[in-house]
Amino acid sequence: MSPRSDNPPIPAATDPAVIRNFCIIAHIDHGKSTLADRMLQTTGVVSDRDMRAQYLDRMDIERERGITIKSQAVRMPWSVAGTDYCLNMIDTPGHVDFTYEVSRSLAACEGALLLVDAAQGIEAQTLANLYLAMENDLAIIPVLNKIDLPAADPDKYAQELANLIGGSPEDVLRVSGKTGVGVEALLNRVTELVPPPVGDPNAPARAMIFDSVYDAYRGVVTYVRMIDGSLSPREKIQMMSTRAVHELLEIGVSSPEPRPSQGLSVGEVGYLITGVKDVRQSKVGDTVTTSNKPATEALPGYTDPKPMVFSGLYPIDGSDYPILREALDKLKLSDAALNYEPETSVALGFGFRVGFLGLLHLEIITERLRREFDLDLIATAPSVIYEVMTDDKKVAIVTNPSEFPGGKIASVREPVVKAAVLAPKDYVGTIMELCQSRRGNLLGMEYLGEDRVELRYSIPLGEIVFDFFDHLKSRTQGYASLDYEPMGDQEADLVKVDILLQGEQVDAFSAIVHRDKAYAYGVLMTERLKNLIPRQQFEVPIQAAIGARIIARESIRAIRKDVLAKCYGGDISRKRKLLEKQKEGKKRMKMVGRVEVPQEAFIAALSGDTESKEKK
Amino acid sequence: MPSVLPDGIPAPSDGVLPVSARVGAHTRNFGVYVHIPFCRVRCGYCDFNTYTAEELRGAARSDFVSLAEGELSFAQRALAASGIPERSVNTVFFGGGTPTLLPAEDLVRILDTIRDQWGMIPGAEITTEANPDSVDRDYLQQLYDGGFTRVSFGMQSAVPHVLATLDRTHNPERVPLVVQWAREVGLGVSLDLIYGTPGESLGDWHTSVLAALACQPDHISAYALIVEEGTKLAGQIRRGVYPEPDDDLHADMYELVDRLLGDAGFEWYEISNWAQTLTDRSRHNLSYWTGEDWWGVGPGAHSHVGGVRWWNVKHPSPYADRINAGISPAAAREILDEETRRVESVLLRLRLAEGLPTTQLTSEGRLAVAGLIADGLLDPGSALRGEVVPTLRGRLLADTVVHRLLAETAD
Repeated sequence: MSPRSDNPPIPAATDPAVIRNFCIIAHIDHGKSTLADRMLQTTGVVSDRDMRAQYLDRMDIERERGITIKSQAVRMPWSVAGTDYCLNMIDTPGHVDFTYEVSRSLAACEGALLLVDAAQGIEAQTLANLYLAMENDLAIIPVLNKIDLPAADPDKYAQELANLIGGSPEDVLRVSGKTGVGVEALLNRVTELVPPPVGDPNAPARAMIFDSVYDAYRGVVTYVRMIDGSLSPREKIQMMSTRAVHELLEIGVSSPEPRPSQGLSVGEVGYLITGVKDVRQSKVGDTVTTSNKPATEALPGYTDPKPMVFSGLYPIDGSDYPILREALDKLKLSDAALNYEPETSVALGFGFRVGFLGLLHLEIITERLRREFDLDLIATAPSVIYEVMTDDKKVAIVTNPSEFPGGKIASVREPVVKAAVLAPKDYVGTIMELCQSRRGNLLGMEYLGEDRVELRYSIPLGEIVFDFFDHLKSRTQGYASLDYEPMGDQEADLVKVDILLQGEQVDAFSAIVHRDKAYAYGVLMTERLKNLIPRQQFEVPIQAAIGARIIARESIRAIRKDVLAKCYGGDISRKRKLLEKQKEGKKRMKMVGRVEVPQEAFIAALSGDTESKEKK
Repeated sequence: MPSVLPDGIPAPSDGVLPVSARVGAHTRNFGVYVHIPFCRVRCGYCDFNTYTAEELRGAARSDFVSLAEGELSFAQRALAASGIPERSVNTVFFGGGTPTLLPAEDLVRILDTIRDQWGMIPGAEITTEANPDSVDRDYLQQLYDGGFTRVSFGMQSAVPHVLATLDRTHNPERVPLVVQWAREVGLGVSLDLIYGTPGESLGDWHTSVLAALACQPDHISAYALIVEEGTKLAGQIRRGVYPEPDDDLHADMYELVDRLLGDAGFEWYEISNWAQTLTDRSRHNLSYWTGEDWWGVGPGAHSHVGGVRWWNVKHPSPYADRINAGISPAAAREILDEETRRVESVLLRLRLAEGLPTTQLTSEGRLAVAGLIADGLLDPGSALRGEVVPTLRGRLLADTVVHRLLAETAD
């Protein structure tokens, strides 16, 4: 008989003493969602019949990639020794790009499960989130997952976790989300170790928004944690950052399907629906109060999400531009961090300059655009925010190389991040080499256990967004993990390198790079384009330039023969069809001056995919 | 003809053509092409529709004459049923394959059937392709006596290592001999050459062209080797046995052959064809490029009558089944609309020295002419006379020229 609660506490009438608010900190594939599913099943909030894999991950893309993008909260009853508890599990996103959302989820909890794969040990992002949880003074419950795996080495990693958070290896719980082993003990441990919430039930209501989700049918669903006071149905609520007042259409808890309640009282976790259509009106981190009896002070820690990485998104078929615009407008409803403005490019046509929280955010958005809106897209090389001061002391904020001011430059500042890389110790040399080549400064190095090392670097974000992660993974056979957080900016000797085709600048290939790497970038791009652009009737010079100074040059020799030598009776239909096909191909050509460039060549050059090189 | 058939629409089993095919039929010449789908060995570069087996089910070599006669009689019925007026034949061309693998009397018998059926215009041009090692003086004499006027020898190269790469088995020293015999019996002679074979140098090619000229033919065709997918040669290139063909070398070779033949008194009249005099030009091949009508007999053969193109089933066995059942051997056909016929005309006539009348261009196409002259791709003198004729450079870049004349450039 499992200790499922027979008499679950009722929302809006739950004694804070039996509430346990906790989250799970885990790396992408360490089994968080599977464990969460098992808890839903064990506590009985989801019947065995309704159980489906990764119940909480709503978006297809989340389920497929096995990662959680948007966090959710679930209320679960659990009975221990005659006491009926109310456990609120807040599911946090697991990636560095969403650190801010993670920090808000943590602020909504009193405890955190530190979930680590018993076959792999802790990863950089988990470590970063663990430190975040420790700073927030959360009770940490170390848990090793996947102990059913043959490769699991729980003794080794229990020691590693004990070294990290203190305590003894015996305190580390061992579970399997897959088989359910240890899940009951884990739930019991939560009631034991996570402190109950403390808040003033009589103070003006203050609820912290830790997630805000757009639902096509219901509008924005806002997830909150009541810090002080309480909220009840049909009250008017107010957002403290904007002072905007909304009607409260529905209030309730998720378990895990939304269930309307008589309100939320101090310490509880639940959702609000106000009928707003855009998550920007209900931002993560903001404080919700009532308009009748508003609180005077907002909860600390609110910041507007700031894009760190920018990329141009262009439809491959120019006529898809309106669809792209609509698609972005739609995604924006559910993603407060997404922002964009129209942009045009000689090479790529009409598109949008889009700001992202980070590379994964970029990848997720482009993937959703492709999948949910059936768009074929090209993304230009990601860029970061530069602050460029010209000799006349004017400062320009540059998120796109094309905005880089001409003329004399006094200084350029670039964002820097604190990066943590975790890897087996054998890879230290190769990681240092990589970080060194990306202008990294070693801040420190620490052994986590016998054979794993954490390396901390300060490194320009611009270096990280440009294929750093791919290199890191390939050089460490996938063993290294990376996390970073902003640590200000620095002055650097950066220049803009332009690529010219027959003297015409090809905007999509301009890049802001360190002066020491300008030549290498110039050589790389001119060579790539030389191999990708088909020969024309005339010779085509390809140059890389800093301002007016040419730093690299290649040329595409003129084509001399394209005729099919033989064209007799049986060849005519074939020849005509070939011509028609070439005509179709011409539609996908872009003119740069007099040079015809197939769109694929731009795409391949941007993606570095020189394998798709066309036969000349 | 290439072995891969184009896509088309289904062809009716009675072979009857749409009414549009009748329009202007009396103004067009009528020719017959006969495809002999047999070879002794298959050459490594060849993707033509040909078979080396003596016996294919229902279509043995010895049955071919009666099958060809079967299709000819079907052709007569289908054309008549389509309301196409009966026309005397202007040209006949036997291609392959290796037509001369059949006994000379077989070829003559097929020719007799054509003559009996439709009649021949006086001075009709009757050509067969031949392998230098599959004919002797006697064979050529029989062809001449049977009414043939021309023979086209597949010489390809005079350089042994090039012939070996091509899998050609003939001894190059035999070529002058067979040419001499053909001339002695009274046949016109053309030599086919191939350039750009992997491993062939510009010097090798020079040797071959001079060797061909030394035979004193009255017509020479020179084709760049095309590596067709699925051939043995394509596989060898993929595996790195031979290098990829080099278009720049092809261009050098083309310029060389054009110069050498020009110096020897030959004139180009189509991109890959040169003749001593106007009458030495192949009228049959010209009919392909000027939109005349022809019926193609044999497996995989292509036909064109009044804007309808069709092609027969490829394999000799199903071909034989259809002929024996008295139904059309066509695998599919296409009916060209006005615009497609204009595009084809631009595409094909641009290959010819006689050129393309500017009246066949749209106004955008005519605007492109000036730019093409400026780029050195079209001959200015001919343009003034209202004809579009490519320069030497323009011949090599004919695809580009066609695209620009059809006003198809990128935005």
